[in-house]
Amino acid sequence: MNTTSRSLEIGTGLFVLLGFAALGFLTTQLPASGMRLNRAADSYQVMARFDNVGDLKVGAPVTMAGVRIGRVTAVAFDPGDFKAVVTLAIERRYNQIPDDSDAAIQTSGLLGAKYVGLGAGGSSAYLANGTEIQVTQSALVLENLVNKMFAGFAGKKDGDAKQ
Amino acid sequence: MGLPLGADAVVEVRDVCYAIGGRSIFDGLNLTARRGQITAVMGPSGTGKTTLLRLLMGAIRPDAGQISVFGEEVAQLRRPALYSLRRRIGMLFQNGALMSDLSVFENVAFPLRAHMRLPEPLLRRLVLMKLQAVGLRGAAQMSTAALSGGMARRVALARAIAMDPELLIYDEPFVGLDPISLGVILRLIETLNSTLGITSIVVTHDVEEISRIAHHSYLLAGGRAAAAGTPAELRATTAPAVNQFLKGLPDGPVPFHVPAPDYRVQLLEPGQ
Amino acid sequence: MNTALGRAMLRMGRVALFLVRVLAQCLPSLRQPRLLVLQIYNAGARSLIIVMLCGLFVGMVLGLQGYDLLQRFGSESALGVAAALGLVRELGPVITALLFAGRAGTSLTSEIGLMRATDQLTAMEMMAVDPVRRVVAPRFLGGIIAMPLLVAIFNVIGIFGAQLIGVGLIGVESGSFWSQMQSNVELGDINEGLIKSMCFGVACSLMAVYEGYHAEPTAEGVGLATTRTVVSSAVLTLLLDYMLTAAFLHS
Repeated sequence: MNTTSRSLEIGTGLFVLLGFAALGFLTTQLPASGMRLNRAADSYQVMARFDNVGDLKVGAPVTMAGVRIGRVTAVAFDPGDFKAVVTLAIERRYNQIPDDSDAAIQTSGLLGAKYVGLGAGGSSAYLANGTEIQVTQSALVLENLVNKMFAGFAGKKDGDAKQ
Repeated sequence: MGLPLGADAVVEVRDVCYAIGGRSIFDGLNLTARRGQITAVMGPSGTGKTTLLRLLMGAIRPDAGQISVFGEEVAQLRRPALYSLRRRIGMLFQNGALMSDLSVFENVAFPLRAHMRLPEPLLRRLVLMKLQAVGLRGAAQMSTAALSGGMARRVALARAIAMDPELLIYDEPFVGLDPISLGVILRLIETLNSTLGITSIVVTHDVEEISRIAHHSYLLAGGRAAAAGTPAELRATTAPAVNQFLKGLPDGPVPFHVPAPDYRVQLLEPGQ
Repeated sequence: MNTALGRAMLRMGRVALFLVRVLAQCLPSLRQPRLLVLQIYNAGARSLIIVMLCGLFVGMVLGLQGYDLLQRFGSESALGVAAALGLVRELGPVITALLFAGRAGTSLTSEIGLMRATDQLTAMEMMAVDPVRRVVAPRFLGGIIAMPLLVAIFNVIGIFGAQLIGVGLIGVESGSFWSQMQSNVELGDINEGLIKSMCFGVACSLMAVYEGYHAEPTAEGVGLATTRTVVSSAVLTLLLDYMLTAAFLHS
């Protein structure tokens, strides 16, 4: 009787523990506002300034030639020059990236998520921890593009009417 | 037939009427159980013996008449008062009704744990004493599933006397028992009555057995007590209903045949 | 029509009154915490394996289906969000509640029904012990406590199931799977799932103890009551799910 009541208590305890662990995982690891375990591997930090990052999210991949080499660790706004400052964590083993490489915010698919794509430069100096990528290309914001397109059409029409 | 209300009446049933779904069960029932006596309530199946017990315990209310237990009007009690009344009554159920998820020991300890805050050593001693009284102290740690029918009923009896009740009610205590277990239960009822002075009401249809120990017997028929008296007095009665029941005659006032249309007519008619 | 409606009203009224009766006994029943622990074990720990197994498979199916749907729009990186939101807000609470009704609810009903059939409940009443306090309330509370925990476990296993298929088998980018999920799932989504699971816990536990307590005291009656538990728990769960979803979308 004593052993059965003990195994019952252990079973219940295990279940409750597991349940709260799962609940903890859901509330802290999943949502955007939650705290997160630092899953960053051995990496070095590089900055890049963009006019517009679109909806680039923390955790988005950083790729080079389509291969993932790191991830975005922070997106901040610099009130000095009204630009977005993006911090990229690049894995330590890719430590020979030319320091005149350019960074562009790209979209996977038509409506997919934003990610940062690096294009290789020709310099013999390499990006290091704390350096900044100078050449950047902002996100293509679909709405702006569409607006521009319509504005273009409208302008052309106006021109046609005047002639 | 109403008996004078004596000061020693523990249970007093007066002119009780009760019907379920339009079918009358009791129609002017009178019955008295006296302090320190074994009162037998007998009757053929379906005469409402179990209903009577439910009325006594206040589980259901009579349509008319009074039922008093320990001088209190059962039908008028609210739940707390009813519960404190029930603590003074022990009840043995037909099949024991032991808690299937508790051991024998815990079953007997159940009412004690529910109503008293006893230190564990005292509780243990009390439970063992009650089990000793029914001869099952050795089975204290068994699970209720491992008990035979007779043993289960003895455990239930130990549980019924756990709170030292003043009144013990037995619902068909002999049903389905082998002769040895039956003898054991019979002797226990008598011992509990004579040594502890517990007033007992035994509801049964086993005439022979109960006649050996009952001080006073009632025979239920037609919704009322058809006969009352000591077992010897009952046996001397010549009323046909009493005679039929006591002697076990297949036909009589309780007919052998369920009412039906004429036999010959029904056999010859061209059925569907 | 009139009588069917009348019967439904009668039943709803009875269930509601029974709920009040059980709620009134919940606090007093906590005086015997061992009973509650036992019921959390029965309702929760014993349903754990089946809940985890089903969570894994539901997550894996979400991985496959979600990928097939999303890649048509070139947004397979949103697989993590799709799976997590689907699980946390909808599938986790609903499927766990249905499993709970089948696994724990039926055993609650048949256990209480059998106690009714063998006069154990009547015996308690005759011993001046309220069976609602001793038997029903701990089982009801145990179910309510176990349900949100089971749902949380289901969700976590499901998300890993989706990751197993999406990232491990199909090869969706692991970083975007998690980062998209983490940036798009909000605490409100998780609260929605939590509130849903609590409501389902109350509904399923209530139906199970109600049907058991009011079962006909025969073998057939207990069987019928068990069936009714599953049916009414499932219907009630889906009905509540719709109402809660609508309420959350409006808020």
